[in-house]
Amino acid sequence: MEIHAAHVDKSYGGIAVLRDVTFSAGPGVTCVEGPSGSGKTTLLRLLLGLEKPDGGTISGADCLHWAAVFQEDRLLEHLDAAGNLRFALGADFRPREAAQLLAELGLPAAEGKPAGEYSGGMKRRLALARALLAENDALALDEPFSGLDRESRARAEEAVRRRTAGKPVLLVTHDPGDAARFRAPVIRLERISGGCSEK
Amino acid sequence: MARRNPIRPWAVAVWLLVWQVASMALGQELLLPSPLAALRRLGELALTEPFWRAVGWSAARILGGFLLACLAGTALAALASRRRWMRELLAPLAAAVKATPVASFIILALVWMNSRQLPLFIAFLMVFPTIYLNMLEGIAQTDGKLLEMAQVFRVPLSRRLGGIYLPQVLPYFRSAASVALGLCWKAGVAAEVIGLPAGSIGERLYTAKVYFQTADLFAWTAVVVAVSAGFERLFLALLEHLAGKAGM
Repeated sequence: MEIHAAHVDKSYGGIAVLRDVTFSAGPGVTCVEGPSGSGKTTLLRLLLGLEKPDGGTISGADCLHWAAVFQEDRLLEHLDAAGNLRFALGADFRPREAAQLLAELGLPAAEGKPAGEYSGGMKRRLALARALLAENDALALDEPFSGLDRESRARAEEAVRRRTAGKPVLLVTHDPGDAARFRAPVIRLERISGGCSEK
Repeated sequence: MARRNPIRPWAVAVWLLVWQVASMALGQELLLPSPLAALRRLGELALTEPFWRAVGWSAARILGGFLLACLAGTALAALASRRRWMRELLAPLAAAVKATPVASFIILALVWMNSRQLPLFIAFLMVFPTIYLNMLEGIAQTDGKLLEMAQVFRVPLSRRLGGIYLPQVLPYFRSAASVALGLCWKAGVAAEVIGLPAGSIGERLYTAKVYFQTADLFAWTAVVVAVSAGFERLFLALLEHLAGKAGM
């Protein structure tokens, strides 16, 4: 289960966002690092099949069932935690397993409370729970720990570690410490004049 | 949802008083009956079986037209939101129906069809563009990021409809339905007055006019207003109930 990207280019309105990006990512966490605007989120969108590259090839990603934490939480704000999980998981939603993971993530019991009334950290943890509980064989996590305090973050990292074993996980992060904590290889994207490239 | 322009009992009382004073000043029930005379006549009519038959006859057709237009407007808006050519095809039709005077449609429709089908057709025509255009706008405003999320998690269309589209378009549908309900009653009864289908409220209004039964005219008008407002409240309450059940 290996994902390969070769010489991938992507532009928006003539402005290059990714240029000549080449990497391979196998099972386990692979960190995607780089400054803001360097195309990290765009790279995940290409892997998720939400966009097509302008040039180059990506192989091994389109046959995978992905789950994702997006840059924004993308929750159904009128639904509570269970409602959000049920929406994304459908028949795969198992209340006991969900409750266990939410507890692991330190998400306070908020039975019936719509996600729109959650704090930023709670929303982030619910978005992460959704990705971890969904049937998947690869995960794209776009800054999944942003907005979490130290304790919540440690719990979230542990949950990612335990629940993604053997699967490719692309982890977009601004924290250089993530690569060390996950013992993960790094794809480093750089902003370049007129666009971005991979190192 | 709190109304921005609520109707207060005291304000209604003031206008009823103005009506009463104007009627007394004129002193001719034929020109302007008092509110009490209209109410008395309404009470008398309400005790007769033809009254309820007329209300039922008109309500069935006008509300039938309303419901059909809701279905057609919603379905076509859903299709048009996905197909540009369809949006472009329907745009002049919706604009033309909206802009054309209802009397033109009524007279034209009388050439095409039996007057018994007229209120349903006219109610449909009045409601369709409002529902269609509002639903189209509601669907266009749907959060694309949530749709992407649903795509990544392979959420089937049936769940997307309930979880993403419905909460998004419901406020649009609610406001369109509220406007359209008033419109379809006005236009539907106008069609009945012109087409004179037997046993309709419009026919009763016309008869009242012909025989100078002004109190009847006011009584039937009050019935139309009451049935229209009653159905609007019922329909919106039903929508609220459904929204509540869907967790919105």
